[in-house]
Amino acid sequence: MRLAEAWRVALDALRANRLRSALTMLGIVIGVASVVALVAIGTGTKQQIERQVEGLGSNLLIVVPGRLEAGATPSVSTMSLDDVDAVTRIVGDRSRVAVTVASGETVRAGSRSVFTSMQGVLETTPAVFVRRLDRGSYLTRSDVNTARRVAVLGAGVATGLFGDRDPVGRQITLDGVRFRVVGTFEPLGQSLGVDRDNEVHVPVTAAHRLLGTDRIDGLAVRAPDRDGIDALGADIVATLGERHPETDFSAVTQEQILGVLGDILGVLTGVLAAIAGISLLVGGVGVSNIMLVSVRERTREIGLRKAVGARPRDIGLQFLLEAVLLTTLGGILGMALGIAAALLVDRLSPVPAAITWWSLTLAFGVSAVVGIVFGVVPAQRAGRLDPVVALRTE
Amino acid sequence: MSPPAIVATDVTRTYDLDGLSVPALRGVSLTVGGGDYLAIVGASGSGKSTLMHLLGGLDRPTAGSLLIGGRDVTSLSAPELARLRNEVIGFVFQSFHLLPRTSARDNVALPLVYRGVGRRERRAPAAELLDRVGLGHRVDHRPNQLSGGEQQRVAIARALVTSPSVLLADEPTGNLDSATGASVLTLLESLNADGVAVVLVTHDREVAARAHRQIVMRDGRIVGGDVLAGGDALAGGDAIVGGEAIVGGEALAGGDAIVGGEALAGGDA
Repeated sequence: MRLAEAWRVALDALRANRLRSALTMLGIVIGVASVVALVAIGTGTKQQIERQVEGLGSNLLIVVPGRLEAGATPSVSTMSLDDVDAVTRIVGDRSRVAVTVASGETVRAGSRSVFTSMQGVLETTPAVFVRRLDRGSYLTRSDVNTARRVAVLGAGVATGLFGDRDPVGRQITLDGVRFRVVGTFEPLGQSLGVDRDNEVHVPVTAAHRLLGTDRIDGLAVRAPDRDGIDALGADIVATLGERHPETDFSAVTQEQILGVLGDILGVLTGVLAAIAGISLLVGGVGVSNIMLVSVRERTREIGLRKAVGARPRDIGLQFLLEAVLLTTLGGILGMALGIAAALLVDRLSPVPAAITWWSLTLAFGVSAVVGIVFGVVPAQRAGRLDPVVALRTE
Repeated sequence: MSPPAIVATDVTRTYDLDGLSVPALRGVSLTVGGGDYLAIVGASGSGKSTLMHLLGGLDRPTAGSLLIGGRDVTSLSAPELARLRNEVIGFVFQSFHLLPRTSARDNVALPLVYRGVGRRERRAPAAELLDRVGLGHRVDHRPNQLSGGEQQRVAIARALVTSPSVLLADEPTGNLDSATGASVLTLLESLNADGVAVVLVTHDREVAARAHRQIVMRDGRIVGGDVLAGGDALAGGDAIVGGEAIVGGEALAGGDAIVGGEALAGGDA
């Protein structure tokens, strides 16, 4: 029998039992769709985070107290502005060093209030990280030196407190202390579930006065070039270590952050895809089951085909192709559904999704393989049927 | 005269049912020549269906030799046997065995599928044969749109499409009323007149009586028969049976043969 002929016979058989074929296919459709959609969401999230980390600016070195290791407990900051001065001396350029001391605070303006992340920073922040202002101007060096009570609002805070009005020049209070708004940031969106627009930047000195502390939670250095970045990091960690022998310090680069995040998301995506793959497997078992029913139902037909000259492999091929057709058609439908679901999630929810060719190819390939694997036993059974017994079956 | 299409020599067939060996054929010898018109008669359980399955290459003998189209069945693999069936044998069944949801033309063309004949090339011979069996106006009808007699004609056309040398018909009139059955038999006879050997398996004496030769089966043996090829004097032929039954090889007991002969005569009366 010609292969084209076998495909036609298989297609006819599926058409003859439309509802049954559709229901059997549904298992594969759901399996493939969930693999495609979940991988798309995983990939999209990873790409978004990578963009955001890269968006911080290149050659960035982030220095924090404590060890950056899985399972390490976050340590209480022991850095102070004196340490920052020491780091600045190593770097040799104040404009390349940014610091932060963060605290959750309620910020009020008139009757409205927003709970925000208040960050005490140097005037260098927009240069070290990539932060663009929407309105007004950023903090100045003299603001920092004189602990002036001025603030720059994240886009979300600005909207929450002032709506569409221009906040620049208006008064806000942080923990009951009055600050004047000098600028607002452009919106950034979310990153790792953190709303990056819910920030208020104030001079680090003003923050220290407000919080009654002199700690620095972390500092970031923009290295002049990529080559010296590891040496610079080691220098900084060594210097800080001398000043605080009881504390470990860590310096990480963007590449390291990206690597760790990528690993975590890769594992997460893999686990999700594997769970979805299980549903594909269950769908395959359904195909196997239906094919066995089909072989039994069509025993007489098999007997007749054999009587008129069908070889065992002709019959086997017919049933195998029927199974493969079921799963590949299901795979194609599943891919379409998965793509649609991913696009819908991407558009209607904050979760990003990116469809990749490899996930589509994999899903399609797997569905075809599922057809072969779960079709082969029923097909062999059909091929081996004794024509005499098959013809006698009622 | 053309060479024999099927030669069975001392063929036995034993089924293994749950460890119990049940003999269905106990040594049968039979020759189907080209152009023969042969009836195999017997009660159910006599082994006639088993014999037909063997003659058609659907099954292989447990012992003895069976040549179909000159080839020894026991030495053939399943695919080779399938090809042999396709080339030498045409089957007609009691229950027609047509594919549902499939047009008469495609049903008739089915054996050609397994010959590797293309879809387009199959149309003409299928339509031609449907015309031959008087269904030229029914090519696109599906089995459920045809009467029983018409369905059996489609099945006969299907059996003929490969130009076999033997038509094996297993109770071809069993599911038909007598008038329709008679017309189906007439069709088979006209095909036989054109040179195709026809083997009828039946328990109906009247049907069997129309054949030129009769083989009577009982308990897995040929117990009687008329091996005259001429097909002229049926009753006269029966008289010779006693002697000719030696063809069966095993049934030397004259009594058996005579019983068969008597039964035949009774049927004819």
